[in-house]
Amino acid sequence: MHLWRSIGRLAWRESRTARRRLLLSMSSISLGVGALVAIDSFAANLTSSLREQSRALLGGDIAFAARRPFTPAADSLFDSLAKSGVRLARSTNFPSMAVVQRTGNTRLVQIRAVSAEYPLYGEITTEPAGNWSQLQTGAHALIDPSLLVALDTRVGDTITVGYARFLIAGTVKDVPGTPGIAEMIGPRVFIPARYLPETQLLQFGSTAGYEVLGKTRTPAIAEQVSRAVRPRRRALDINVRTAEQAEDNVSEAIGELAQFIGVVGLVALLLGGLGVASGVHAFVARKIDTVAILRCLGATSRQVLAVYVLQAAAMGVLGAAMGVALGVGMQFLVPIALSDVLPVDVSVRPELSAMIAGLLVGAWVALAFALRPLVALRKISPLQTLRRDADSQVLRVHWRDIPRLMVNVAIAASVVTIAVLRTGSLTDGIGMSIGAGLALALLAASAGALAWLARKGVRPRWPYVLRQGLSNLHRPANQTRPVILALGFGAFLVTTLYVVQSSLLERFSLGVGSSSANVVFFDVQQDQSEGVDSIVRAGAQRVVQQAPVVVMRVSSINGVAATDDRIEQTPDGPRARWALRREYRSTFRDTLVSSERLISGRWDAATRAASDTSAISVEQDLARDLKLKLGDVITWDVQGVPVTTRITSLRSVNWNRFEPNFFIVFRPEALAAAPIQYIMTARTADGAQTARLQRAVVSRFPNVSSIDLSLIQSTIGKILERVTVAVRFLALFSLAMAVPVLISAVAGSRRDRVREGVLLKTLGATRAQVARIMLAEYAALGVLGSATGLLLAYVAGWAITRFVFDTEFTPAIGPSLGIAGLMIGMTVTIGLLAGREVFRETAMTALRSD
Amino acid sequence: MLVATNLTKEYQSGSSSLTALRDVSFSVPQGDLVAITGPSGSGKTTLLGLLAGLDTPTRGTVVLDGDDITAMSEDGRAKLRGAKVGFVFQSFQLIPALTALENVQVPLELRGERDASVRARDLLARVGLDKRGSHFPAQLSGGEQQRVAIARAFANAPRILFADEPTGNLDGATGEMIMDTVVALNRESGTTVIIVTHEQTVATRARRLIRLNDGALVEDRAA
Repeated sequence: MHLWRSIGRLAWRESRTARRRLLLSMSSISLGVGALVAIDSFAANLTSSLREQSRALLGGDIAFAARRPFTPAADSLFDSLAKSGVRLARSTNFPSMAVVQRTGNTRLVQIRAVSAEYPLYGEITTEPAGNWSQLQTGAHALIDPSLLVALDTRVGDTITVGYARFLIAGTVKDVPGTPGIAEMIGPRVFIPARYLPETQLLQFGSTAGYEVLGKTRTPAIAEQVSRAVRPRRRALDINVRTAEQAEDNVSEAIGELAQFIGVVGLVALLLGGLGVASGVHAFVARKIDTVAILRCLGATSRQVLAVYVLQAAAMGVLGAAMGVALGVGMQFLVPIALSDVLPVDVSVRPELSAMIAGLLVGAWVALAFALRPLVALRKISPLQTLRRDADSQVLRVHWRDIPRLMVNVAIAASVVTIAVLRTGSLTDGIGMSIGAGLALALLAASAGALAWLARKGVRPRWPYVLRQGLSNLHRPANQTRPVILALGFGAFLVTTLYVVQSSLLERFSLGVGSSSANVVFFDVQQDQSEGVDSIVRAGAQRVVQQAPVVVMRVSSINGVAATDDRIEQTPDGPRARWALRREYRSTFRDTLVSSERLISGRWDAATRAASDTSAISVEQDLARDLKLKLGDVITWDVQGVPVTTRITSLRSVNWNRFEPNFFIVFRPEALAAAPIQYIMTARTADGAQTARLQRAVVSRFPNVSSIDLSLIQSTIGKILERVTVAVRFLALFSLAMAVPVLISAVAGSRRDRVREGVLLKTLGATRAQVARIMLAEYAALGVLGSATGLLLAYVAGWAITRFVFDTEFTPAIGPSLGIAGLMIGMTVTIGLLAGREVFRETAMTALRSD
Repeated sequence: MLVATNLTKEYQSGSSSLTALRDVSFSVPQGDLVAITGPSGSGKTTLLGLLAGLDTPTRGTVVLDGDDITAMSEDGRAKLRGAKVGFVFQSFQLIPALTALENVQVPLELRGERDASVRARDLLARVGLDKRGSHFPAQLSGGEQQRVAIARAFANAPRILFADEPTGNLDGATGEMIMDTVVALNRESGTTVIIVTHEQTVATRARRLIRLNDGALVEDRAA
């Protein structure tokens, strides 16, 4: 015991001159730990905030929802709940055009017709303050602030919704349970529910959501009601959710997001580990003399190893602690950045479990990666005190060295374990580890190739400084591998983020740009289509497309009724519930449109000739979710009338095009007798023409809604702008991560480079020549590291866009080259800075200290 | 007692081998003071490394105080060095991060001894450096550094002290003073001292002289 205390004391004293350097190496781990702590703490904060605000999130202890007016059976359920002491509030939500009387401006809005009891939990704040209580006192409306600008209106104006008029009593500032971004996507207009009939907007087949919220005395009662209603929900035609279930859904989504970002943190940790390994390698090289002395003085290899493992462990803990502090700091910033997209107000507080986990994981990764170079210390012979060999020769460890092999296994096992724990899936964790391993192997291989090229490719006629610089890439004690690994991995991370981002941006801009129409009218009733058509023509514009729409639901599949629980099960797995229960807005035609492609079966003249009126074409993703195949028979409930169909083809649909697209396409004859609405698209010359057209249509047909696609484009633009900011932050973070790793990698051979540079100066080399030699070496490292990183990023970017986002890959060549240039500049700068002693020191000082 | 028998050291360089030491045999009784001399490249340092157990011979044995160190593992030899061997080097070989006092403490700490700092202080006083204990090696002169190294070498009361060109980096007067210290310690504590040197003034302080040439022992006589 006393011996170990002595070893501890020796480790502490001996670390005096190396603490700062060792801490710098260990700080490579800090950013990775910081990312993990920030993500985990924030996710925990969010989960607990969700728990605290779950009732406000749902709007009640229990919520009943339907896509069409509640059935009499459902209404009698609500009556009995009310009688048993459950307080109820109602809300009916649907899109509609809003027109400001004074200016004539129009805008598609989300109408929320609420009863007097709404909201049951939380408080809706307004401007002027306290005006929520005024809403129910007359025909008043409270609107989202963005509508004041969009409609060029003010508080006190009159707004028309359908056939009803409302006085704008104020704006809503904060609505519990909805993220700020909701306003950007669909600005809301709150009106009293009792004025709903006056709007005359809720006709047969309208798109509306009906909701009844309940406040029970205890959450347990809500659960009881939910359990009792659940078996009857198909018969009642309602969905039921409790606050707890709503909380679970959001938590799950947040959990998945946190896991995804956590992967970036994990990669950061891995990169940090590499930085630690490079830095500790340099540290070990400086300790050869001391270890040889200790060995002479009787220290065993275990004692020597213990001294330096203790030092590394202490600094690893310190590096990880710095990361934890950084993570806690970042945790306070995240809610500010995300306030618009979060449905609840997040109260930020330090999460002890996340901090401890970050500290342990960080310290362990730092130690595991540090052990790799440290095991070489065992092999240092005391003979080095008498006859000193080159560092690389002294520290050479055979690949079959058992402790080194054990450390390698421990590193691999740690990476896989952490990956599995973070992704929450064995396959994902192992897959990710293999991916990271392959990336590292490729980078190591390209480093080997560079060294080989430098050995074989350098020509005697090249200038001396270039030859000398490039030869440094393969000479003993070269830094080719660690620098290429650090640099390549950094370039890989940053470029992957950029190419994925630009591929996604490209997808959206293509989607809007390629549409031939720029204004869409929907909910056009059968008897209104000619009228809308003539208004469009009167404005010298043209109708681009007119698609009939019939609203329906699944009644049965292959003879099993939708009300039967067995419908959810198939031999190929369960059918997706959302797809079974949703309301379908289908069309009929006997051709495909330009956004569709036939995948299997037939949908052409031959089908027409067969006059098979029951034929339908199903979109392939829906077919996959519903486990449907060609020949399956589906009976639809077309507003009370059963229509039996057979799947004769599957289509792919490009949903990104802003055109009327449909899951199900019928033969025209099949729906001839069904009540029809239309979606119509038109092309106008500019925004002013669009506004005039929208005004003209809504003033004659108040129930017809319309969207200006340029508005959608600008809304998407605004959302993408936020995504871009987030991506830039992540990219900057990755870049910041690469810096300490790169410094550690360069530090590995700094002493050799300085010694060599000073020797060259002794032999007559000028400072400029020495600088050019270093420039040639670091530029070559920078170019190859960035190029390999770029190549890896293109492969990863292609895979992510193709398999995760299911979209076309766009190589962002400009930004990629920019990143590569930045990385090369960074390498050269760090390299020259690390070697600056060459320029400072006189030849004599360096040679004497040698 | 130190016994070297048929010590041979060969170095392999590609396909050719280089013999640095061939069939060297001699024995040194306890308490003797021996100087090993010879021209540059004659194998002096190689012999010192083998005798002190810092390296292993290609052939032959070294028995130190009854233990065959050539048959021991590296860690076994380290323990033996910690218990019975002291070193003084030409370039002092102090640990730069430790103070003079802490450098002297190291062999005692490695053995887990409790009064390491008291004993180290005493040793420093014996070499006249009791006032310089808190200084780092870089703050000491060459002579002072070598005296710290001597104090450290005697910290574990070694049976044998190996000194590799102990005055090589010092001026004449300081070198003389260092040799006085070594000889006095040899006399007072009965420690065997083996000095490798090419300096005549140092060699004449020994009681016995071993001369090497081209890896072979060519002379072994009383000084």
